[in-house]
Amino acid sequence: MALDPSVVGRTYPPTPPYRVGREKIREFVAAIGATDPAYTDPGAARALGYPDVVAPPTFPIVLTLAAGHSVIEALGIEYARVVHGDQRFAYTRPVVAGDELTCVCTVEEILSRGGHDFLTTRVDVSDATGAPVVSVWTRLVVRGDA
Amino acid sequence: MSQPESWVEGQQLPAQTYRVTRADLIRYAGASGDFNPIHWSDRIARSVGLPGVIAHGMYTMALAGRALTTWAGRADAVVEFGVRFTKPVVVPDDDTGAEVVVAGVVRSVAEGEAQVELTVTSGGEKVLGQARARLRVAAPSAGPTPGP
Repeated sequence: MALDPSVVGRTYPPTPPYRVGREKIREFVAAIGATDPAYTDPGAARALGYPDVVAPPTFPIVLTLAAGHSVIEALGIEYARVVHGDQRFAYTRPVVAGDELTCVCTVEEILSRGGHDFLTTRVDVSDATGAPVVSVWTRLVVRGDA
Repeated sequence: MSQPESWVEGQQLPAQTYRVTRADLIRYAGASGDFNPIHWSDRIARSVGLPGVIAHGMYTMALAGRALTTWAGRADAVVEFGVRFTKPVVVPDDDTGAEVVVAGVVRSVAEGEAQVELTVTSGGEKVLGQARARLRVAAPSAGPTPGP
């Protein structure tokens, strides 16, 4: 089933604020084996000019994965057919513990090629003041029946 | 390793080798919230045509991100980072797991930023394509934007 191209450009309502916890960052950092002290030691992060520990570059996926799932559901896509194709992050600033982050998801592109659909979403992540933090592009491949 | 301030175009960055076991995938599933069973169940992975449990693409990307911040020497160096997932990293159910090797080359340096192209392989085969990052290699003049 081809995805309906008329949803391109659609923007979904903002997600409820996600409060970034120091211990959540620590858990993510331990899972990927990173060791930079600015991820776990608030003093080391302050020395770099941040108010609290900094999150690793791919940490925003923790928020944007959920935001993307609601779009997949809204479009009626069967999740077992979905493969992660591309991923990109563009930062205004790193995510920091204590941030209250909101995600706004926009469908950027839908392509059909070779029996598969390609869905690109952009999630704009902003902080409690509304200032941009990071934009996150995810391209999913929705495998066809063939 | 040379300081990022002295990086030049064409410079090779030292390859970083990471080992990935089933236990790492379980831990990453919990930390990231991605509980797709193809990352922990051989039965389900095989039922969708995979050779067995595969690493989360985002786990492989996180390892590439570790290499980037290691090379740059700063946790906050990454300004932009993108990859294409071209081949799954199959992680066997044993004590050695799979190996992911992240190599990089500096493509350009300008205005305090470096463009880095990554080559990420497992078992000698490329697992990420179009893997590129823009890194801050000089301290920002006005200091980082404050968080909350």
